[in-house]
Amino acid sequence: MNARLPDMTPAARATGFDVERVRADFPILQIEVEGRPLVYLDNAASSQMPQPVMDRLVRYQSTEHANIHRAVYTLSERATTAYEEARRQLQRFINAPDEREVIFTSGTTEAINLVMHGYGRKFIKAGDEIILTTLEHHSNIVPWQMLAEETGAIIRVLPINDAGELCLDEFEPLFNARTKLVGVSHVSNALGSINPIKQMIALAHRHGVPVLVDGAQAVPHLAVDVQDLDCDFYAFSGHKLCGPTGIGVLYGKAELLEKMQPFKGGGDMILSVSFEKTVYNTIPHKFEAGTPPIAAAIGLGAAVDYLSAIGMDSIAQHEHALLQYATGQLGALPGLRLIGTASNKAAVLSFTLDGIHPHDIGTLLNQDGIAVRTGHHCAQPVMTRFKVPATTRASFAFYNRMAEVDALVAGIRSVQKMFA
Amino acid sequence: MADYKALYQEVILDHNKKPRNYGTLEHPSHHAEGHNPLCGDHLSVALQLQGETIDQIAFHGESCAICKASASMMTAAVKGKTRADAQALTQEFLAMATGKLDLNQPNQIGRLAVFAGVRDLPTRVKCAILPWHTLQAAFNSQGTASTEA
Repeated sequence: MNARLPDMTPAARATGFDVERVRADFPILQIEVEGRPLVYLDNAASSQMPQPVMDRLVRYQSTEHANIHRAVYTLSERATTAYEEARRQLQRFINAPDEREVIFTSGTTEAINLVMHGYGRKFIKAGDEIILTTLEHHSNIVPWQMLAEETGAIIRVLPINDAGELCLDEFEPLFNARTKLVGVSHVSNALGSINPIKQMIALAHRHGVPVLVDGAQAVPHLAVDVQDLDCDFYAFSGHKLCGPTGIGVLYGKAELLEKMQPFKGGGDMILSVSFEKTVYNTIPHKFEAGTPPIAAAIGLGAAVDYLSAIGMDSIAQHEHALLQYATGQLGALPGLRLIGTASNKAAVLSFTLDGIHPHDIGTLLNQDGIAVRTGHHCAQPVMTRFKVPATTRASFAFYNRMAEVDALVAGIRSVQKMFA
Repeated sequence: MADYKALYQEVILDHNKKPRNYGTLEHPSHHAEGHNPLCGDHLSVALQLQGETIDQIAFHGESCAICKASASMMTAAVKGKTRADAQALTQEFLAMATGKLDLNQPNQIGRLAVFAGVRDLPTRVKCAILPWHTLQAAFNSQGTASTEA
């Protein structure tokens, strides 16, 4: 899939990115909801799928599907080739040194659980410490609490300031001889804060501590290079990346993956099985027990190629323009409080309106065709930090237009008028 | 096309802004806490039974307009009723909110019919019924009610 560069508007020519051309690739962006054109602003929850990815899924199911890594017939070889090609597409997308370091999981949650079971249960003991941050999604909190409960390990938490930025000064004092792992999100799902993870990884490594990065909210919005970051683990989901649901990736350094224990037992993760002794397969297959979501992996491969053809830098630039415009427009509304004002932010706007509950806002915006997320965003410690039970969150993608910011502002004004 | 805005009728917005029986009772004979873990809403319902009759009732908490208005109108509707009548009304309200009540048949719903529209909003049904579940929990002295029970 080539980036669609010709026939650009003058504005687009300046940036090399034409949002209208991109939107034409997304059938769902053409539909109406409640009789109004869909304004989809819940991209942090899940992104939409472009036609080339759907076409790839159809082609796979129509001409290539069989089980993989098993049989000698043509179809199985085609499916295996396509699945392993998807692994290389993902490898290139995050610049992993070795394709064996790309493990397909069901999503970010499973990727983090894989590290908890494969690394944590083997190497983290009673009294050992795990550093997390207030910004983490529940999926990067709960697995570690389960491990702490099981082993007697201790969780320490790096706090955030009033802008929703990590208190970096307080990071190094959290380390001691018992620190075994750091878990940190690259981009906060609730607030959009982009964390200085490269700096944090370097600091953790000076203490000999590996770092797991939850990259679910980062990979769709900025170019990620795991070698440049030098992270030990990097987890993300396909469905936030214009790919299908049920697929995600755990990148891990080969030396760590090799010494980890398997997460799930079953077929494909073994070399030989007898009732006396089972020999596990090599990485990445050691961590991919059972028949994987083959079509979803291939679809995700197509999705990252689609994004790369547009260019992650162009995507980041357009989204930053959306963020700046939306921050100005929403910030000017009386009674609106932006939650999360980090200086380095992805295009996520979490906010509260005086006297109006987020669920009422969400229901009423839906009447205008506007899809936003309302609630605690699976980040209750963040809500607690800002002393709010819930927020309304508008999260943008590269296919959103400036006019959709205007629609959101008009929608909020109309909600405020109703409740006045 | 469902007109969700119609659900937010004047009466609901009015009860949201000026909830009736909002507050606490000093010595309730029954009380319970209600939670909706999906949105973090919570409210508490306290009542004073005089024999089998609801003599006093109050609620307070943090919630959306639909939940707060439902709680406000619930307290107004059941105050002075017997426990059995309040429970019967609860059953009718729950049936209405889930689209199982024929409003053309005789019923006790009255002004509470403004909540009939939530049946078209599956994610908001829980907001409307939380106060009623909490009332039942109070009767049963369970202490807590949850939309996820």
